[in-house]
Amino acid sequence: MSLLTLENVTLRFGGLVAVNNVSFHVGEGEVFALVGPNGAGKSTIFNLISRFYTPAKGDILFNGETILNKRPDQVPSLGIARTFQNIELFEQSTVLQNLLVGRQRHAKNGLLSQLIFSPSVRDEERRHRAVVEEVIDFLELQAYRDKYIAGLPYGVRKVVELARALATEPKVLLLDEPASGLSVEETQDMIFWIEDIKKQMGITVLMVEHDMNLVSAVSDRVLALADGKELAIGTPSEVQSHPDVIKAYLGGTGGAKE
Amino acid sequence: MDIMQLVVSGLANGCVYGLIALGFVLIYKATEAVNFAQGDFMMLGAFITIWLVNAEYMGLNFWVAVPIAIVMMGIFGYLLDVLVVRRLFGQPQIAVVILTIAIGFVLRFAVGAIWTHEPQLLETPFAGGIANVGGIVLGYEEIAVIIVTLLLTGFLFLFFRRAKLGKAMQAASQNQLAAYYVGIPVKRIQSLVWALGGAVAAVAGILFASKGAIDPSTGLLGIKAFAAAVIGGFGSLPGALIGGLIIGMVEPFAAYALPAGYSQIAPYAIMLLVLIFRPAGLFAQMQNKKV
Repeated sequence: MSLLTLENVTLRFGGLVAVNNVSFHVGEGEVFALVGPNGAGKSTIFNLISRFYTPAKGDILFNGETILNKRPDQVPSLGIARTFQNIELFEQSTVLQNLLVGRQRHAKNGLLSQLIFSPSVRDEERRHRAVVEEVIDFLELQAYRDKYIAGLPYGVRKVVELARALATEPKVLLLDEPASGLSVEETQDMIFWIEDIKKQMGITVLMVEHDMNLVSAVSDRVLALADGKELAIGTPSEVQSHPDVIKAYLGGTGGAKE
Repeated sequence: MDIMQLVVSGLANGCVYGLIALGFVLIYKATEAVNFAQGDFMMLGAFITIWLVNAEYMGLNFWVAVPIAIVMMGIFGYLLDVLVVRRLFGQPQIAVVILTIAIGFVLRFAVGAIWTHEPQLLETPFAGGIANVGGIVLGYEEIAVIIVTLLLTGFLFLFFRRAKLGKAMQAASQNQLAAYYVGIPVKRIQSLVWALGGAVAAVAGILFASKGAIDPSTGLLGIKAFAAAVIGGFGSLPGALIGGLIIGMVEPFAAYALPAGYSQIAPYAIMLLVLIFRPAGLFAQMQNKKV
């Protein structure tokens, strides 16, 4: 069944059509990848789903209901979490604090009981801790738990961002270039984690990625975009061998053989 | 005992400076805007309370009027952000600086036009009371200032450490984009920070006006509090309070030891010294480790 659906979505920036009549649906439990050259509109689609942009035409549905009436800060509570291409973390906080912030939307107690740290707040805090510790174990971040983000290497920050998204217990995870800037080994780890996120946690994944090695390894289906338009959709190998895709990437005249 | 007397009066003044400096730092941390009208917020809060309490105006009970004044200043701060400051979003920092300086002027003259430019004193239930603690004579007002400052600081400390809203404010100040994606309504949070800045300024104003007369130009005191915030490391809440206390303590001693006129320079001289020898402020180190 379809968890996330885009229906004929179009977005213009002035005269530029950034996303042109794009439709696709991501099924529950699926790993779905968006590929395409720079400027194809992949990240723009993420920003549409995150409600930073509003489409000029079309609709975005989550669980069968439109999300176009939501503000960006309301999107996470639907169960949509995301990471960023350029890593957006709370730099002057520890790894643990970054993950706990993602849990605060679950807080239910009043201001006074928060201030005096009442038993119900304590219980709640304990539950948050338990979830966060599980994520830390899963992504092997134990060594960095109390380290400040500002001092961590790039590869670790990338994992922390993934961890923060997972700590919100999402239904769907949007990963914006999870492998960019990672070493070969780190990319291999990322492949394992995405597979586990899908299989063990049952979380649906929508990702933008250039690394075709990672895309073919983990994706069930792939949508190729160019200039905001849909080129091809299908399994990784189908899309990779599609003549229009090869043309868009290599700039050929469509006669490529692969 | 002469010296102890100076210490106490310096402490009480320092608390007020510290609270204004706290307002500077709160708003700066959360929105990266420096509110140069913070001193005038304090003055406005004082005049609203005088208007509510004093017999010649509304004549309300002091304990009823104080929460009303604090809430009114909170709403004032909130609306100022929503209606005015937010519109400069994305503009260079200097635009916001000039805007808040202008807001300060407007407030000073508006308050003068409504409640005259004459110095006025807030009528408090503890006016004129004196306590003798171990040979040191303390006015009730001074005791009240010190106690209220301690309570407010404690409240803010717990608020930022434990309350969901306080954590959301810190998160929004560290990374707006990331804050959105963990479900924090960043713009509303920033307006709430302005509201908090207004409410804290109201408390400072009430304290100031209960221990001495206040007139609209008292808002310029904000510059002294700005110096306090710089000394504390602009961005550190405890730093702001301690910066305020340092300036408050230095003033009476400078007045005591130096010829008239020079004592007024003392706070700024200290700010310059701090900027030369510790450009990031006294508490910058602490801020890096703990926010």
